[in-house]
Amino acid sequence: MAADRWIALGFLVFSIAYGWAAWTYPILPFERFNPVKPNTLPIGLAVAGIVLSLIVLLGRREPEAKPEGEAAGLTLARLHHYAWGQALGLIVAMVAYALALRPLGFLLATTLFLGGSSVLLGERRFRLLIPVVLIGTVGIWYLVDEVLGIFLRPWPAFLGI
Amino acid sequence: MLEGVVQGLSTAFSFYNITMVVAGCLIGTLIGMLPGLGPMSIIAIMIPVAIQLGDPSSALIMLAGVYYGAIFGGSTSSILINAPGVAGTVATAFDGYPMAMRGEAGKALTIAAVASFAGGTVGAVLLFAFAPALSSIAILFWSAEYFALMLVGLSAIAAFAGRGKVVKALLMTVFGLMLATVGESALFNAPRFTMGLLDLQSGFNFVTLAMALFALPEAIYLILDKTRGAAARTGGSEIKNLRISRAEAKAIAPVVGRQSLQGFVIGVMPGAGATLASFLGYAVERNLAKDKDRAEFGKGSIKGLAAPETANNAACTGSFVPLLTLGIPGSGTTAILLGALIALNVDPGPRLMVDRPEVFWAVIISMYVGNIVLLILNLPLIPYIAKLLAVPRTFLIPFILFFAMAGAYIGQNNATELLILVGLGVIATLLRFADYPLPPLLIGFILGPMLENNFSRAVLNADGVSFLWERPGTLALVILGGLLVLMPYLRHFRGPARPAAGD
Repeated sequence: MAADRWIALGFLVFSIAYGWAAWTYPILPFERFNPVKPNTLPIGLAVAGIVLSLIVLLGRREPEAKPEGEAAGLTLARLHHYAWGQALGLIVAMVAYALALRPLGFLLATTLFLGGSSVLLGERRFRLLIPVVLIGTVGIWYLVDEVLGIFLRPWPAFLGI
Repeated sequence: MLEGVVQGLSTAFSFYNITMVVAGCLIGTLIGMLPGLGPMSIIAIMIPVAIQLGDPSSALIMLAGVYYGAIFGGSTSSILINAPGVAGTVATAFDGYPMAMRGEAGKALTIAAVASFAGGTVGAVLLFAFAPALSSIAILFWSAEYFALMLVGLSAIAAFAGRGKVVKALLMTVFGLMLATVGESALFNAPRFTMGLLDLQSGFNFVTLAMALFALPEAIYLILDKTRGAAARTGGSEIKNLRISRAEAKAIAPVVGRQSLQGFVIGVMPGAGATLASFLGYAVERNLAKDKDRAEFGKGSIKGLAAPETANNAACTGSFVPLLTLGIPGSGTTAILLGALIALNVDPGPRLMVDRPEVFWAVIISMYVGNIVLLILNLPLIPYIAKLLAVPRTFLIPFILFFAMAGAYIGQNNATELLILVGLGVIATLLRFADYPLPPLLIGFILGPMLENNFSRAVLNADGVSFLWERPGTLALVILGGLLVLMPYLRHFRGPARPAAGD
């Protein structure tokens, strides 16, 4: 089964779950006689989602549009050439950053994220890497916190500042 | 109206706002040049900054500058290293890159800048002329027509998504509408579909969604495919002479004239946008060219470079028409701008020209200023800015990922937002893998609340859905929407494959 049909299958399941949630949505007593209830549009959307994903899932294969050069992106034919390990590693790094941002503070978490992901991608010139990461982190923090005035907690939470 | 124009002029030409245009154009060019961040991601990153500015005119002026800058930056990387940063500049590489290979990179950049300038200028003049007229018609619209109009917009976006993708685009629109129903809404008393998560109480944040849909998949593609944008490290060609001769200027003049009109018209249509305009512009000009000129196309023809560049900029301007007059975005980029407007408490739509004339006119005028800035400020700086292309991927990718996360985090100050970003980003990457178009998802998400509000109001007024056929205007729009979706199937067996609208 082609990738787009797997997605359609996933979407079918999602639409059914969404439709169920909409159908069983608790309507408040005074909303009961309104012509538009909170679940009116969601039920319609769920039906549309189910119908459309069934069309993709069961429909005849349509001729694909030709990809346009580099902007078209990846092809499944070259699947094993891709750096899956690095991609997965960076996604994990992003999750770790999200979890670390509050406890470690912006400066430390960002330095670790930028430095770590750069090393993960194969950068080994630490004399270049360390100053770039530090300047980048402090520069962005200064711009956002001081110039734009959007508060970003710079230091780890346990310091209390 | 004249009063509004004067008000807009004084707003647009204040020192502060001129600084905003210049800053926006520069930032847009810098980031637009890098592979991995298209105009949608750049604008989304800049939204917290824009909201911080507070004043809607300044914010929109800066964001429009970023938009132009990004398109121009995309052309630069198309010409220099054959790596379009933006789908709208793919056609630019057809002739721009061969010119750069011949050692005429400077000339190619100048032609691109002049053509963009002309396209943007003509577009701005046409916008100046047409937007008020359209506004005055749209002001007669009622909720029922609005609802129908949004259906037309959403179906048009699906219809232009490209061959074999109409159903997928509709599916993505529905997905976007579903995501929009999460959280509290103005109409109802309790939040919906939050799965008990407090973080979803106020719904998905549209900047997070924009980052997840556009910046993250592009960055993940860059990680996966090491050869992507690799030309940057082998170095583009030297930029020497930026001058063009009088004869060359004469040769491209008619091309620029035709394409700025055609591009604008395509840009006005929802869903078509800069990508379609640039490809169509290229094709039309190749067909119109004389035999000798036509053989040049694809080998470094100045006409072949001027056509898509003019058309994509005119289309960018054109895409502001439905945004400013109807409040309906025709492309992913204008959808993000619409989201920014809503965040700034500006209600876009036909009332904008009446209620906030200074915003309306300042934006139109600053588009013109933006084009001048690109021509006189960015062009001479290009040889220096182009050095950015040599940034190695080990530095580029971490910073792209970081900017995407910063865009989602700043302004929310909620780390859960980052987890939502990563989750949606992985889903978006899978969707892109399977060739599902993502702009309809974002447009659906942003139009969702408005669609529901107008639908509810229309149903309340008519006490049922009879408004769909009882009001002639509504009926006509609904039929148009249906036809748009069915159109690609009616002529399934003929016509060339169209490029997808990606911007």
